[in-house]
Parts: sequence; structure tokens; C-alpha cells
Amino acid sequence: MSDSQGPLWEVFVQKKAGQPFVHCGNLHAYDKEMALQNARDLYTRRGEGMALWVVPTAAIVASSPEDQGSFFEPSNDKVFRHPTFYPMPDVIKHM
Amino acid sequence: MENKDFEAIFENKLAKNEMVEPKDWMPDNYRKHLLRQISQHAHSEIIGMLPEGNWISRAPSLRSKLVLLAKVQDEGGHGLYLYTAAESLGTSRDEMLDALQTGRAKYSSIFNYPTLSWADIGAVGWLVDGAAIMNQVMLQRTSYGPYARAMVRICKEESFHQRQGYEVMTHMAFGTPEQKEMAQDALNRWWFPTLMMFGPPDSESPNSENAIKWRIKRETNDQLRQRFVNQTVEQVQYLGLTIPDKNLKWNESKKGYDFSEPDWAEFKNVIKGNGPCNKERLDARNKAHNEGRWVREAAAAYGKKQMEQYAAA
Ligand SMILES: [Fe+2]
Ligand SMILES: [Fe+2]
Repeated sequence: MSDSQGPLWEVFVQKKAGQPFVHCGNLHAYDKEMALQNARDLYTRRGEGMALWVVPTAAIVASSPEDQGSFFEPSNDKVFRHPTFYPMPDVIKHM
Repeated sequence: MENKDFEAIFENKLAKNEMVEPKDWMPDNYRKHLLRQISQHAHSEIIGMLPEGNWISRAPSLRSKLVLLAKVQDEGGHGLYLYTAAESLGTSRDEMLDALQTGRAKYSSIFNYPTLSWADIGAVGWLVDGAAIMNQVMLQRTSYGPYARAMVRICKEESFHQRQGYEVMTHMAFGTPEQKEMAQDALNRWWFPTLMMFGPPDSESPNSENAIKWRIKRETNDQLRQRFVNQTVEQVQYLGLTIPDKNLKWNESKKGYDFSEPDWAEFKNVIKGNGPCNKERLDARNKAHNEGRWVREAAAAYGKKQMEQYAAA
């Protein structure tokens, strides 16, 4: 059955200026303005945020769960990316 | 990977209290169970707007009108959160609305009872939302991610619903003798239908076992019902009202109240479509849907044009 509710959009809210936009849910809307207005009505009725992004769900490219192991594998064998990899002389108190 | 491996990954996720996400493999019956439960839940939020909406134009003060409007608007939002959670399992909004509007899908039996007086608006917020919250607090930790996240938002918003209902009840119960009588009458009519909201007794609940096994639910119908009664008795006593159940009695050994079961034959009958307002609710829902058709069509046509211009630019 075709959907008469318009395409799906993902909604991201920024709580305060300077903070990251966080995904909070999705909604149906026919165009950008409507998506933004619906997002405001649906997700920010109680001061949850001061800025919104709406993104067509179809535009999102996601990794797939089956990838989980291999796709992120390269990060596991590069311990030198972490500060704890490097021994520090005891006398150095701050670095 | 074989199906067996996928199943092992799924079982392992449940065992570790991790959430199942839309793209993860899941057993067909798990998906079916969720689809049924989440869409029924969504329908209940939407149909639940009708008995309360009935009083918006007749609220006794501007303040109570604003509060009731805000509450009913929240319920509409809850329906939308839940519909999109269900859509992530592979159905469409239109399919779900069609199932609702042709009577194939169910919604909570409670909304097939009428709201006869202003005290009913108090009783609905206090008891019906109270019972719904008890269920929804548990569902915040349900195993399907989109459902759990919708529940977290819903629970945040629900907390004012029960309190505004109880406030109406206090005004009525501490008002004139006539008002107190209306409050008692509302309690009399809503008590047992509210207890039915938790679903049939565990011994006769065909879907419960799987729901617990899959961590969709974490507590049984009877456990939630017992907790609700234990919590509510004190609230009734404060109002100076009486729960319409002669068998209600504190039971020290179980540290909880004994109480009468609701009339399960009535419950089944209401679910079947024979409650006092089933027809009225479906008619109202269909009327709103049909009268809104031209708006959806116009908005869709406008939206399509906008997107084409956007793509061309
Ligand atoms: Fe709700
Ligand atoms: Fe509510």
C-alpha cells in the first residue's frame, strides 16, 4: 500500500548553542518547511532544544550491523592512538 | 552466516540486556509480536484523544482548558512516536491506519467507555494515564530500541498527565456535595475498566510468555495490576472516596492488597467491538481521516513540487 503521509525525516535537536545535534526521532512530512514545523511541534514542546535539523531518512547512509566486526576492525589493532600507550617518566606530573 | 548464527547473536543480545535495532536480524515471531503491540499502542494513543477531546470545549475554566489541550496534544505526539517505531519493523502508516479504521486492529479497551462528566476527565488522567504509565515505565527497558526510546520520551511527558487528572479529582472531591458525588461516580465507573488495561490474568494471557522471554515485557499483567492497586489505594483515601470493591483488603502476608478481578467477560466483549463507544470511536476516527484527505493530498502535491524544484536547483 502506498503511503499518503509523505516521506520520512530524521530529526536532530541541539539543546544549547555549542552542543552537538543529537538524533531524537523521526516524522512524516511532505516538504522541508513542514518537516521543520512538525519537528518543532513534536520534539520541542518543553524546551528540549533551541535548534533543529531535519534530514530525509532516504539521504542517510548507514553501516550495517553485519559489518560490526570487520568494518571497525582497523581501530582495534592501533593502540598507539591512545595516550595510555606512551609510558611517562614518573617525575613528569602533568602532560 | 546461517540463520542459526543470527539466532545466536539475537539470543546473546537479549541475554546481555542489549537492544535489538531495526536492521538487526530478529525472529519472525518477535517482529510480529512487536508490530502488533506497538501499533496497538499507537492506536490507543490516537483513539485515547477522543474521550478527552470531548471535554475541551466544555472545560470549566480557561486554565483547565489549556491543560487539557496540552495533554491531548501530547497523546497525539505519543501516537506519532509509536507509529514510526512500528514503521521501522517494515509496515507503513497507511497500512496501520487502515487496519485501525476498518476495525481489524485493536486499541486499548478503556477508550470504549464514555466520559460523562467533568469528573471523568479527572478519573481518566489519574487512573487511565496512571495505569498506562505503570506499563510504559517498564517498557522503557523493552528489548526493541526504537520502542524503548519512544517510551523514554513518552514517560517524560506523561508525568504531568496523571497529576493534572488527580488535581481535577481533588477539586471535585473537596468541592460541593454534588461535585463529590460526581467524583465518586466517576471512580465507580472507571475503576474496573482501568484494572482491565493491564490485560487478562497471567493464567489466560496467550502472548505473555513470549513477551517475557524476548524481554519485550519485564513484568506480567498481574504483577503490574497488583502494583497499580497498591499505589492507588492511598490516593483514593486522601480524596475521601471509596473504591467500588468490597473485597479490597490489605494482605499483610503478600504486603499488598487483595482485590476483585474485573469482569473478564465484559473485557472480551468490549475488545470484540461491543463496548459502549466502540462504534462512536471508529466513526469519529474515520470521519477525521476522510475529512482530512484533501489536506493530505494538497500537501503531498505541494511537497512533491517543492522537492522537484529543490532537486533541479
Ligand atoms: Fe500517552
Ligand atoms: Fe497520557
